[in-house]
Amino acid sequence: MARIILRRFFKHKLAGIAIAVLALLVCASAFAFTTPYSPTDQEPTNSFQKSTMDHFFGTDELGRDVFTRILYGGRVSLTVGLLSTFLSIALGVLIGALSGYFGGGIDSILMRITDAFLTFPTIFVLIILGAFLREQQVPWLKNSVLIVIIIIAALSWMWPARLVRGLFLVLREREFVTASRALGGSSSHIIIQHILPNCIGPIVVSGTLQMASAIITESGLSYLGFGVQPPTPTWGSILATAQNQVFRAPWIAFYPGLMIFITVMAINYIGDGLRDAFDPYVIHMEK
Amino acid sequence: MTTYALRRILQTIPILFIISILLFFLVRSAPGGPLTSARRNPNVTKEQIQAIEEKLGLNDPLPVQYGRWIGDMLKGNLGQSIKFHRPVNDMIAERIPNTLTLVGASFFLTLLLAVPIGILSARRPYSLFDYVMTTITFIGQSIPVYWLGLGLIVIFYVVLKNPFTGLPFFPVGGMNTRGKEGELLDTLWHLVLPVTALSLGWIAWYSRFLRSSMMDILHEDYVRTARAKGASSNTVYYKHALQNAILPLITIVALDLPSLFAGALFVETIFSWPGMGRLFWDAAKGRDYPVLLGVVMITAVLIIFCNILADLAYGWLDPRVKYE
Repeated sequence: MARIILRRFFKHKLAGIAIAVLALLVCASAFAFTTPYSPTDQEPTNSFQKSTMDHFFGTDELGRDVFTRILYGGRVSLTVGLLSTFLSIALGVLIGALSGYFGGGIDSILMRITDAFLTFPTIFVLIILGAFLREQQVPWLKNSVLIVIIIIAALSWMWPARLVRGLFLVLREREFVTASRALGGSSSHIIIQHILPNCIGPIVVSGTLQMASAIITESGLSYLGFGVQPPTPTWGSILATAQNQVFRAPWIAFYPGLMIFITVMAINYIGDGLRDAFDPYVIHMEK
Repeated sequence: MTTYALRRILQTIPILFIISILLFFLVRSAPGGPLTSARRNPNVTKEQIQAIEEKLGLNDPLPVQYGRWIGDMLKGNLGQSIKFHRPVNDMIAERIPNTLTLVGASFFLTLLLAVPIGILSARRPYSLFDYVMTTITFIGQSIPVYWLGLGLIVIFYVVLKNPFTGLPFFPVGGMNTRGKEGELLDTLWHLVLPVTALSLGWIAWYSRFLRSSMMDILHEDYVRTARAKGASSNTVYYKHALQNAILPLITIVALDLPSLFAGALFVETIFSWPGMGRLFWDAAKGRDYPVLLGVVMITAVLIIFCNILADLAYGWLDPRVKYE
C-alpha cells in the first residue's frame, strides 16, 4: 500500500520537484550557521549594499546580511508552519473523531462551536491575541514564536475537525466497525485502531493545505507587527522592515516574499501529488 | 425556513458572548493599557491620569467594566475611542463604505474573470489553455497578498514612471488625491493597484473551484439528457451546467468571508486605504481597545448575518435543499 502511494506520488512530476525544493529549503535553513554573518548583529557602516558575492541578497538598513537573515527566518517560518499544523490537526482530529463517532449531543455541541469559530473574523482575533498575549504577566508567554504557533493552531483546527467528522460519519457504519464492536472492541479501540487509519490520506492532504496557510498567516502576522517579534528574523518581519525602505532599497522586499511564495507553492504541489496518490479510485483502476 | 434562520441566530448568540468575554478580559488585563503614552508624557500630571481613569471607569473591577461595555453594546453603543475621543460607532460607520468599495470592486473583477476561466477550463480539460490557467491559478493561490501589494507598489510607483510626465502611473496611498475628494474617476484610479492585489488570489481560487464544480456536473444525468435531446453545446454549458455549478459559490463565498476580510486588511494596511482593516490595524498598534473590540464584534455580526443570508438564498435557489 505504502509503495503504491509513493509510486503514484512521484508520478506527479511537479510534486517530486516540489519535495526536492522543500528539502533544499529545509537544509539551507538548518545549515544557516555556516554563513559567515550573524542574523542580528548590526553593522551600520555597511548598510544598503546591493547583491554581491559577499552578500548574495545585499544588506539591510542596519547592515545585516539579508541572505543570512532569510536563512534564519526560514527556520522560524518553517518551524511555526510545521508545529502549528501538527497542533491544529491533532486538535481537529480529536474533535472531529469524537463528534463523528459518538454523534448526538456531543456532535451538536462540538459542531456548533466549530461553526462559530468558522464564522469568526479570524485575522482580527489573531491580531488581538498576537498583540495582547505577550503582554500578560505569564512567563511562558514571553516567547513570541510559541504564541504564534499556539494562536494559529487555535484558530485553524476547524477544517480538519469538519473533514474528520465527515469521514467518521461514513466509516462508523462500515462492517469492520460492526465486527469489531461485536467482538467486544471498546470505542477508543475502534476509533484508534480501525477508523483513524482509514482517514490518514485525507488528513495528510488537508495537513499540507493547513501548513501552507499557516506559513502565510505567520508571515502576515509578523509583517503587520503582531507575530514573531524582532530581533528574531522571520520572512514576514524581514518583509516588514524592507517595506519601510522600499524607496531606497526595493530589492530587500523581493527576497523574503519570494521565499514565502516558493515554500507555499511547493507545499501546495506536494498536496496535489498526495491527493492523487491517496485517491482510492485511481488505485483500483491500476489493479 | 424562518424558524431555521431564527435558530441559527439564537445558536450563535451564546458563542458571540463567550468570545467577547474572552477577548475583553485578555485585552483589559494586559499591563500598560491605553494610557501608557499619557503616563510617559511629562506634561500630564498623575492627578490628570487618575481623573481620566476615573472618567473612563478604568479603575472598576473588570467584570463591572465588561458588564458596562456589553450593556452599552447591546444598546448599539460601542463606546468611545481612547486615542481619538470619538464614538467608535462613528469611526466604524465612516470606514465601512470604503471597505465595501474595495471589496465590492475586487469581487466584481473576480467574478468577471474567474467565471469565464473556470468554464473554458472545464470545457477543454487538459488542453493547453487549461494547463496554462491551472499553473497561473496555482501561482495566484500561493502569492501572499502583502508581497503582491508591495511588489505592485515597487513596479508601478517606484520603478516605472510615465515617460511623458515623469510621474508614477498609479497612486499608492489613500482613496483620493488631495483636493479631489469624492471624484469618481480619481477614486477609480486609486483603486487599480489595491484591487489587483486583492483579486488575484480570489480569481485563482474561484476559477479552480468553478472548474471542478463544472467537471463534476458535466457527468450528471440531466446534462446527458440535455445532450441527448439535441441541445446545442452552448445551451448545455451555459444553461444547464453553469447554473448548477455556480450555486455552491454562494456557500463558498459565505464561508470565505473571514479570509476575504483578512485580505482586505492587508491591502488596506499596505495602500493606506481608509477602511475597517486599516482602522483596526491602527487601533491595535495604539492599543485602542474600544475600537478593536468594536470592529471584531461588528464584523462577526456581519459575517454571521451574511452566512444566514447565504443559507436562505441557497434554499430559495435550489429547491432540492431542505431545512431540518
